[in-house]
Amino acid sequence: MIALLLRDLKLAFRAGGGFGLGLAFFLIVTVLVPFSVGPQSSLLSTIAPGVLWLGALLACLLSLDRLLALDWEDGSLDLLATAPLPLEGVVTIKALAHWITTGLPLVLAAPVLGVLLNLPVPGYLWLVISLLIGTPALSVIGTFGAALTVGLKRGGLLLSLLVLPLYVPTLIFGAEVARRGAIGMETQTPLLMLAGITAATVALLPFASAAVLRINLR
Amino acid sequence: MIPDLGKYADTVLSAYAASILLLIALVVFSVLRGRKVRAEMEKVEQRMSRNG
Amino acid sequence: MSIATKANALWEYANPRKFLATSERVLPFFWITSAVCLFVGLIWGFFFTPDDYKQGSTVKIIYLHVPAALMAINCWLMMLAASLVWLVRRHHVSALAARAAAPIGIVMTLIALATGAIWGQPMWGTWWAWDPRLTSFLILFLFYLGYVALWEAIEDPDTAADLTSVLCLVGSVFAVLSRYAVNFWNQGLHQGASVMRAGAVTGADTEEKVSNIYFYPLLVCIVGFVLLFVALLLYRTGTEIRARRINALLARERING
Repeated sequence: MIALLLRDLKLAFRAGGGFGLGLAFFLIVTVLVPFSVGPQSSLLSTIAPGVLWLGALLACLLSLDRLLALDWEDGSLDLLATAPLPLEGVVTIKALAHWITTGLPLVLAAPVLGVLLNLPVPGYLWLVISLLIGTPALSVIGTFGAALTVGLKRGGLLLSLLVLPLYVPTLIFGAEVARRGAIGMETQTPLLMLAGITAATVALLPFASAAVLRINLR
Repeated sequence: MIPDLGKYADTVLSAYAASILLLIALVVFSVLRGRKVRAEMEKVEQRMSRNG
Repeated sequence: MSIATKANALWEYANPRKFLATSERVLPFFWITSAVCLFVGLIWGFFFTPDDYKQGSTVKIIYLHVPAALMAINCWLMMLAASLVWLVRRHHVSALAARAAAPIGIVMTLIALATGAIWGQPMWGTWWAWDPRLTSFLILFLFYLGYVALWEAIEDPDTAADLTSVLCLVGSVFAVLSRYAVNFWNQGLHQGASVMRAGAVTGADTEEKVSNIYFYPLLVCIVGFVLLFVALLLYRTGTEIRARRINALLARERING
């Protein structure tokens, strides 16, 4: 299991793909927002938590189609399916590798980009906490979407269409935690809901992803 | 014949028009596709029974 | 008849031939009754119900909005049930019925959204508000789109049926989750579901009831929409079965010669 995780991480580092690309995308989205809504700092600090959450979500989405596609193409997915490790474990590892290469860098970059958007000071802590708790759910849900579309020629757009509605609850609660934190309201309720969603998706969704992958590998 | 809809006439009429149009479109498309598929199936079945 | 034989009789319709023959027989009934109900209900509602003292004549939109919204949700539930049947019992008719239902659900969702927007313009002063109910319907619409897109994208019919079924199950969970999330996120403008409240029929609920004058034509319209849904569903499922048969025949033809 750990060997698989290390292999995935190594591949991601060498290809440079998920790692740099997601971060660059996040940066560009954040930089473009002031150009589109105007430079008033009061407006920017109001929308900063939501924009940062949306940027992180889209950056996450961007790297999903590579999550399983490469292994599918070179046939290593077939090997993994016949390996002693259950497929549920494989997809969990895949999601974890995706989170380490995409989600974690986004969490670390978010406070830096928050400066660009005049994020209020108490917001930084809550932004990082909400992203730290929320992004694993994004990776796991994304793995499910990637498993659904893995055999398709042009799966990328379809993947976004399938995954985005599934992201709605995570986005709502995650952005709500960051927003409330930024204006100094209590954040307990949305934070608990967010943690609940992450826990539930991490625990249950790998079964669906593995089932879907088995169908696709038939 | 048409009842007095007051100042909301446009609202009510456009809601009815939009909904009924959508419903009719759905039925028409379903029936058109159904007819096409049915005709094609008969064609294929006939060809099969002639050849096979 | 015992329950077991009854259940067996139900499963007989999972045989495509039997399904086609039976649906052919009952379809005219559903087409005609749905047309009659919709005609009567809409005419009754449109011409013979008084204006509401607050909403004026826009209250007449209820005869389209409420049944469409009901069917939009029920259609998804039906797809969920059909997906489960497909996953558990592998009846092809079931998977094809779920596929046939999705576009109906899309149109119903569109009608509910469109009539809602048109009604909202004079009543709330805006076409669109990010109200929980409206937002949930928009999300439901996205789920329908994704579901249909997945069906269209996959070539092998059994794989497509499997994958869309799993998507339908997972999507249902997330749709419910989104409903709660959206509720939490914004308390809305939309009135509660006033139609089905018991008070609406007995007249005991004074505050937000739909009174009997509006309720009976509305009931007829709902019945009409349900019948129309059944008719369309049976018809479209028949179409899907025939399309599958064409593909199967063509495949056999290719193998043989």
